[in-house]
Amino acid sequence: MTTANFVDFQNVWLAYNDELLAENHFAVEDINLQVKQGEFIAIVGPSGCGKSTFMKLTTGLKRPSKGQILVDGQPVTGPLKISGMAFQAPSLLPWRTTLDNVLLPLEIVEPFRSEFKQRKDEFAERASKLLRTVGLGGYEDKFPWQLSGGMQQRASICRALIHEPKMLLLDEPFGALDAFTREELWCILRDLWTEQKFNVILVTHDLRESVFLADTVYVMSKSPGRFVVKKEIDLPRPRDLEVTYTPEFTHIVHELRGHIGAIRQAGAVINQ
Amino acid sequence: MNKKTLEATAPWILLVLTLVIWQATCSLFNVSEFIFPSPYRIAQQTVEFSGVIAAHAWRTYWVTMAGFGIAIVVGVLLGFVIGSSRLAYAAVYPLMTAFNALPKAAFVPILVVWFGIGIGPAILTAFLISFFPIMVNIATGLATLEPELEDVLRVLGAKRWDVLVKVGLPRSMPYFFGSLKVAITLAFVGTTVSEMTAANEGIGYLLISAGSAMQMGLAFSGLVVVGAMAMVMYELFSYIEKHTTGWAHRSTNNE
Repeated sequence: MTTANFVDFQNVWLAYNDELLAENHFAVEDINLQVKQGEFIAIVGPSGCGKSTFMKLTTGLKRPSKGQILVDGQPVTGPLKISGMAFQAPSLLPWRTTLDNVLLPLEIVEPFRSEFKQRKDEFAERASKLLRTVGLGGYEDKFPWQLSGGMQQRASICRALIHEPKMLLLDEPFGALDAFTREELWCILRDLWTEQKFNVILVTHDLRESVFLADTVYVMSKSPGRFVVKKEIDLPRPRDLEVTYTPEFTHIVHELRGHIGAIRQAGAVINQ
Repeated sequence: MNKKTLEATAPWILLVLTLVIWQATCSLFNVSEFIFPSPYRIAQQTVEFSGVIAAHAWRTYWVTMAGFGIAIVVGVLLGFVIGSSRLAYAAVYPLMTAFNALPKAAFVPILVVWFGIGIGPAILTAFLISFFPIMVNIATGLATLEPELEDVLRVLGAKRWDVLVKVGLPRSMPYFFGSLKVAITLAFVGTTVSEMTAANEGIGYLLISAGSAMQMGLAFSGLVVVGAMAMVMYELFSYIEKHTTGWAHRSTNNE
């Protein structure tokens, strides 16, 4: 594993359009962020602080108004095919089976796209294997509406990983799930990451989730969206769910909670 | 009788009930068959003139299907264009709405000047009246795409075309089949209206000539036949819809 920075944000500013740019109204301001190869980072902050904007910048769906973003040493100029995304809504296609939903990226991204017809069986086997690792073995031929919310979200994460991306972007992926299912999926994500060591950028508002999973947690402030705190989580790995009940864990969560509280206070003063 | 069989037989029960009341009213008040024929009289005349009716019905049927076929092709193409491009949508939609507000029967005299009496005006009227719902539904299906899903695909390098083919088209299929059911019944209206003034064949023509000959039973037979044909085609497309896009009609526990 190299020690070079995999994701490198250098003084990145983004205004959503030219009018807002002229008014100096930025969605995110002066972002500086260095992520190492294989690092798992989490971004927490109050809602509307530009967390999702940050994701769009990282994947190249949005271009910064100022500053530069490097991913894997290359400046980001357009959508990055080495990344996979999953959101709070699983957004599976209802007319496709679970297996076909997971295979969708391979029908689009090169080099798999041009080989899709010849290597279909091989790809299907790969998808089945991935589904088995998240506990969806045997559900390949079920349709999304036959799965529970947690199962759909697992399938959605499989879809994000099927083309073996170097970077996985998760935007509040467990936000709509009940507490037990959520913790179950934390462990599934932890195991996938431990095994494959892709980069993860997890946007969440669940502090326990961020501390349990991430190497580094960034706290973002709201209007302007800035990174205000960087917190290295030095809890030993591998982490079990038990760790969430230790004083060390609680202490870190409390500390982050304090930062968020301060941001929200500050926001209340200027009435936003 | 359980609830399901009751639901399935309910329309037939209602039909029989209506016929019974109709027949009873006609017999009881001795209504003249030149004013309002009884169901029995209509049935009698239907059998008597079955050969003639069948010939006219066949003509109306294939003319309608021809117009409907053109409507599918044009409706899908236009719907695809305006559903996939914001600019095309902005440009085309207001004009199409205005066009749709025009009574299609008003086109018949113009079509007669261009194409003469016969199948030309009938096919075109069926087409004009039925392509609009198809176009609107295809466009709606294509335009309603979740932004997250689009991000998921775009980040993989999907082109606009990929998104349309992988997501937009399958998504618009339920809308498409739904619109076919509506459009086929409209197409029968178009053909019949056109045949009433601009043809020497077809159910529309039969209605006019039966009416002017005071053959009220026969005129009503014509109505029954058009209604039956439209109903059968509606059920056919309804069946196709259920068996091709079943995923859209199940109650889901997601989202």
